[in-house]
Amino acid sequence: MNILITVQDHSVAPRFDQATEVLIATGEAGRLDGQVRTIILPHRSAEDLSDLIVKEDIDCLVCGGIEDSFYRFFKWKKIRVYDGVIGAHAEALSLVLSGELRPGMVLDSARAGV
Amino acid sequence: MPNVSPVIFADIVLPDLLDAIPHPVVVVDRNLRVVAVNSRLEALTGLGQDDACGLYVDSVLRSSIGGRGRIFREVLESGRARVVEGDILGRDRRRLTMQFTLAPLHGQSDEPAGLVITLDDLSIRGAGADQDSGSADAIIGQSAKMQKVFDLIPLMARTEASVLITGETGTGKDKIAEAIHQRSSRAGKPFIKINCGALPESLLESELFGYVKGAFTGAVKDKPGMFRLAQGGTLFLTEIGDMPLPLQVKLLSVLDDQEFFPLGGEKKVQVDVRIIAATHRPLKDRVAAGLFREDLFYRLNVLHLHLPPLRERDSDTRFLVNHFLRTFAARTSGQTRTFSFAALEVLMAYPFPGNIRELRNIVEYCVNICPEREIDVEHLPSSLLGRAPQPGAAAAEISRPAEGVSPSQPNATAAVDWLTIERELIVNTLTLTRGNRSRAAVILGWGRTTLWRKLKQHGLTPETGNKGGSA
Repeated sequence: MNILITVQDHSVAPRFDQATEVLIATGEAGRLDGQVRTIILPHRSAEDLSDLIVKEDIDCLVCGGIEDSFYRFFKWKKIRVYDGVIGAHAEALSLVLSGELRPGMVLDSARAGV
Repeated sequence: MPNVSPVIFADIVLPDLLDAIPHPVVVVDRNLRVVAVNSRLEALTGLGQDDACGLYVDSVLRSSIGGRGRIFREVLESGRARVVEGDILGRDRRRLTMQFTLAPLHGQSDEPAGLVITLDDLSIRGAGADQDSGSADAIIGQSAKMQKVFDLIPLMARTEASVLITGETGTGKDKIAEAIHQRSSRAGKPFIKINCGALPESLLESELFGYVKGAFTGAVKDKPGMFRLAQGGTLFLTEIGDMPLPLQVKLLSVLDDQEFFPLGGEKKVQVDVRIIAATHRPLKDRVAAGLFREDLFYRLNVLHLHLPPLRERDSDTRFLVNHFLRTFAARTSGQTRTFSFAALEVLMAYPFPGNIRELRNIVEYCVNICPEREIDVEHLPSSLLGRAPQPGAAAAEISRPAEGVSPSQPNATAAVDWLTIERELIVNTLTLTRGNRSRAAVILGWGRTTLWRKLKQHGLTPETGNKGGSA
């Protein structure tokens, strides 16, 4: 399963269309296959990011807020979307691999340091 | 909950306090972590107090203004409030245009203890109303000319420059002015309208600039004046073309210096007010005639917006007819009304010199006069029928502006016709109510005072009627 997470610093980016960085990982059943790749995008663009997701043959998208038109597009493309996720991208990746991630989930790491 | 300041974050009171604010509100600490949200913000984002508390503000708001918290930190560091426009993604994945007011919260120390962020949903406001919302505040228009106007509103809202709105009477200059204000960064501040043509010079001066106690007989206490009341907001000067020349000088001085002396005052008052002016008169002609100062004209005419008359707005007439039908049906019996094809044809062929105001009054008249579900030609005001030419001829008349008349001014014939129509409308309504003025005022959609004023204007009061005979 190919997973893409939109990131901002160490967290899942609050908005899909504002993200300038993504993590791409492959894995299943709680473990990663190979390296996690980081891609820095040249600019903020939901359109370009959608193209990248399709081009990279992504099966699962983890992001913060996403506009409905893009959400529906990914659903139509049979891409699983976990949107509204708040917290560290490492924790999100771990949870998606173990099958425990849910849309709109506020992760433990989101309140870390408070 | 982080202990930010015991003064502002007394957690027993804070949620109730925030819920009383009719806007989505979020309070954050110095680390930009959420301390409290109100129920309106919860409705918007889907994150309630328990979910949002302790989270980084960007994650909760999902706004376009975040920029990794740069703008929030700027407000914290400067201690000065800011208003910015952006958008958020709501819980239903919709993008909503918002105005964010970021205000520092001061606790015991000099440095701000946090921020209160208030959101104002701009997407629900009337300015860009591209649908018939049924709201009285919505500006309705689908025609290309009105679309151009709608396109200009956000551009004009973004600047601080003066705006001059021109257009015939009844074209909606007031609504456009308010829409510009509501979409500007001054939206949360006052929008004050003053009619420069309705008051005598001395009264207008005191209304605009205020006076100090003892400035003249009767000035028993200080009066702030419209400029001071509009501080931080917008002052809308309607019928600016009718402003007396001496006051034009004073207005120009205020526009240049942003300060003035109130009547009888010795201390200058500084103001931060944006000016939007409107007139149905051709100001250039008035400048040429020496009735309007040229320098003030250029000072006001930085941004110019001309509203097209209804007869140039293509399909908008039909759209507005439907809108007013629904509005008045809801106010009266609630029964849905329609115009017959023949009645619509007469309406569509009519040039509406009084523009939308006239159309509104005609529809209201018909809704009240017609007992049937379908309003037919016979229910239209008789003056309209008497005047309305054949559809083909009317189209030719509509497309041909009156010779020698400025397009921004209603032509003389039309003005005379409108007065005739109005007079007949009043007479017909009073006949219907058997002379009961209160009921007639309700039917006409006017206040009793307005009806009285118009009765006098048309010589229909008992005294003038007796004197004038056929007045």
